[in-house]
Amino acid sequence: MRSFIDRMRWPDYLIVAMLIAFFGYVWFTIEGTLNYKWRWELIPGYIIGYHTGREAYFANILLQGLAATIRISIYASILALVLGTILGVARCSQNLTIRMLARTYLELLRNIPPVVVVFIFFFFLSQQLIDALDLARWSRNIARQEDIWLWELFFGDMRRFPSIISGVIVLALFESAFVGEIVRAGIQSIPKGQREAARSIGMSRLQELRYIVLPQAMKRVVPPLANQFISLIKDSSIISLISVQELTYKTVELVASSRMIFEAWITTAAFYFVVCFGLSRLFSRLERRREGQA
Amino acid sequence: MDSQPIIEARNLDKFFGKFHALKDVSISVRQGERVVVCGPSGSGKSTLIRCFNALESHSSGTLVVDGIEVFEGSKDVRKLRQEVGMVFQQFNLFPHLTVLENLMIGPMKVRKVSRDQAERTARTYLDRVHIPEQAEKYPAQLSGGQQQRVAIARSLCMETRIMLFDEPTSALDPEMINEVLDVMVELAETGMTMVVVTHEMGFARKVADTMVFMEEGRIVEVAPPDQFFTAPASDRCRMFLAQILEH
Ligand SMILES: Nc1ncnc2c1ncn2[C@@H]1O[C@H](COP(=O)(O)OP(=O)(O)OP(=O)(O)O)[C@@H](O)[C@H]1O
Ligand SMILES: [Mg+2]
Repeated sequence: MRSFIDRMRWPDYLIVAMLIAFFGYVWFTIEGTLNYKWRWELIPGYIIGYHTGREAYFANILLQGLAATIRISIYASILALVLGTILGVARCSQNLTIRMLARTYLELLRNIPPVVVVFIFFFFLSQQLIDALDLARWSRNIARQEDIWLWELFFGDMRRFPSIISGVIVLALFESAFVGEIVRAGIQSIPKGQREAARSIGMSRLQELRYIVLPQAMKRVVPPLANQFISLIKDSSIISLISVQELTYKTVELVASSRMIFEAWITTAAFYFVVCFGLSRLFSRLERRREGQA
Repeated sequence: MDSQPIIEARNLDKFFGKFHALKDVSISVRQGERVVVCGPSGSGKSTLIRCFNALESHSSGTLVVDGIEVFEGSKDVRKLRQEVGMVFQQFNLFPHLTVLENLMIGPMKVRKVSRDQAERTARTYLDRVHIPEQAEKYPAQLSGGQQQRVAIARSLCMETRIMLFDEPTSALDPEMINEVLDVMVELAETGMTMVVVTHEMGFARKVADTMVFMEEGRIVEVAPPDQFFTAPASDRCRMFLAQILEH
C-alpha cells in the first residue's frame, strides 16, 4: 500500500480527484435532490435476523439468497460440466450430423439474448421435466416430514425444490454451450501424434478419446473452466427472472418491501464481488502452485 | 527365409487434395524381411509406411498387410493395427501415463490382457530396451533416447508381427542415436519384419535385406544393400547417397 502511494504521479492524483468529484456529485444528488434516507443500520438484520420470540439467530433474506445462489451455482456447474463435455466431444466427432447438432446448439445460444434463452429453456424444457417427474408433489411430501435438515442443507426450503431444480437446469443448459467450447478447444489442443499413437496400438476412437485425449485435455481446461465457474455465479442472477429465489431475486423482494434501494443493491453487489473475486484469487493461487509442481 | 509376402502393395496412389504424394507405388515385403526406405524430404516415405497401418488411406491400388486387405472404411483396421506396430519420429509417448502404464495400456485395453500379465510383458520389454529402472517415471523425465526406446517397447508389448519406423532417430541428439539403433539391431536379430524409414546408412548396411529409394512419390530403386551402396542404378540415387554419406 505504501509503495502504491509512493508510485503515484500527478496524472494519478488528477484521475483520483476526478473520481472523487464524480462520486461526490452522485452522493450529493442522492442526498440532496432525492432526499434519500440512508438506513445502513438495518442491513445486517436482513443478513442475519434475530427471532425475538424464539431467542435465536436465523439466516434472513439476503443470506438465504446467497446460500441459494451458491447451491445453484455448484449443482449447475456440475451438470454443465457433464453436458459441456458431451457437447465438446460431439463438436470433434467424425459424424457430420452429431457435429452439426452440437454446432447448432452453440450458435443458437450465442445469437439469442440470454434472457430469451432462459425463458425458452424454462417454459419448454425444465417446466415439462418437472411436471413429468411430478417433482412438486414429491418435494411437498418431503417438506412435510420431520427431520429434513440434510435435505435443507443441500436444497434449502424444500417447498421451493422444483424452482431450484428448474434454475439449475436452465443455468446448466445455458452454460454448457460455453463449457463445450472450452472442452472442444482442449481436445483440439492435444497434438495429432497422440491420437496417431493411440490408434497405431489398435485403440478404437472411443478408447483413444477416453484413455488418451480426454485425460490430457481435461488437465488443460481446468483454468478456463474455473473462470467459467465464476462467470456462472454471476450469470446465475439471470434466473431470478423465472422466480428462482436466489440472491438477486431476494434483493428485488427486499427492495420492494423495505424501499432500501441503494443499501440493498450495494450489499448484494458486494456479496457477488466477494465470492467471485475471492474465488478468482483462490484459483489463480492454485494455478500458480500447480505450475510450480509441473 | 520364409518367402511369403506379409506386405503386398500394388499400384498405390495417394492424393492429398490435388497433391499427388504416392505415384503408382508397388512393393512387397516378405515375412522377416528388413526393408530400409530412404529418399529426400517430401518424397513420400512417411506417407507410404503410414498407409501400411492405415494411418493414411491410399486413393487407389491394392494393399494387403498380414492377410488383411486395407482400404478406406474397412472394418478390419483395428485388427490390422494390432499386428502392425509403429514408432514415430516424435516418440508420441502418452505424457499423462508413467512408462509402465504407457506399455500396459495397449495390451490391457485393446488385447484385454489382465493387469498382471500386462505388467509382466511390459517389464520384459523394458528389459529388452535396457531401461528397466525407468518404469515408474513419466516420459518427460526421460532423455530423448530413452523415450524412443520406451516407444519401441510400447510397440513390442502389442506383440505385433510387423514394425514400422518413421525416422526414429531424426529427433535425437547425436549421442543418443546409437542407443536406439542398437535396440533396433537387436530387434532385427529376433526375426521381426521391419520397415524402417531412416537416413542412418550404417544401420541400413548392418541390418537391411532390401534398400528402397523414393523420390517425388515414386519408388525409384529397390536393391539389396551391397548393390545399392556400391552400384546404384539411377543417378538420382547416387547423388542422394553421395550427399548423405558425406557427413
Ligand atoms: N496430411 C497431408 N496433407 C497434405 N499434404 C501432405 C500431408 N502429408 C504429407 N503431405 C505432403 O506429401 C508429401 C510427402 O510427404 P511425406 O511426409 O510422406 O514425405 P517424407 O518422404 O516422409 O519426407 P520427410 O523426410 O520430410 O519426412 C510432402 O510434399 C508433404 O507436403
Ligand atoms: Mg517423413
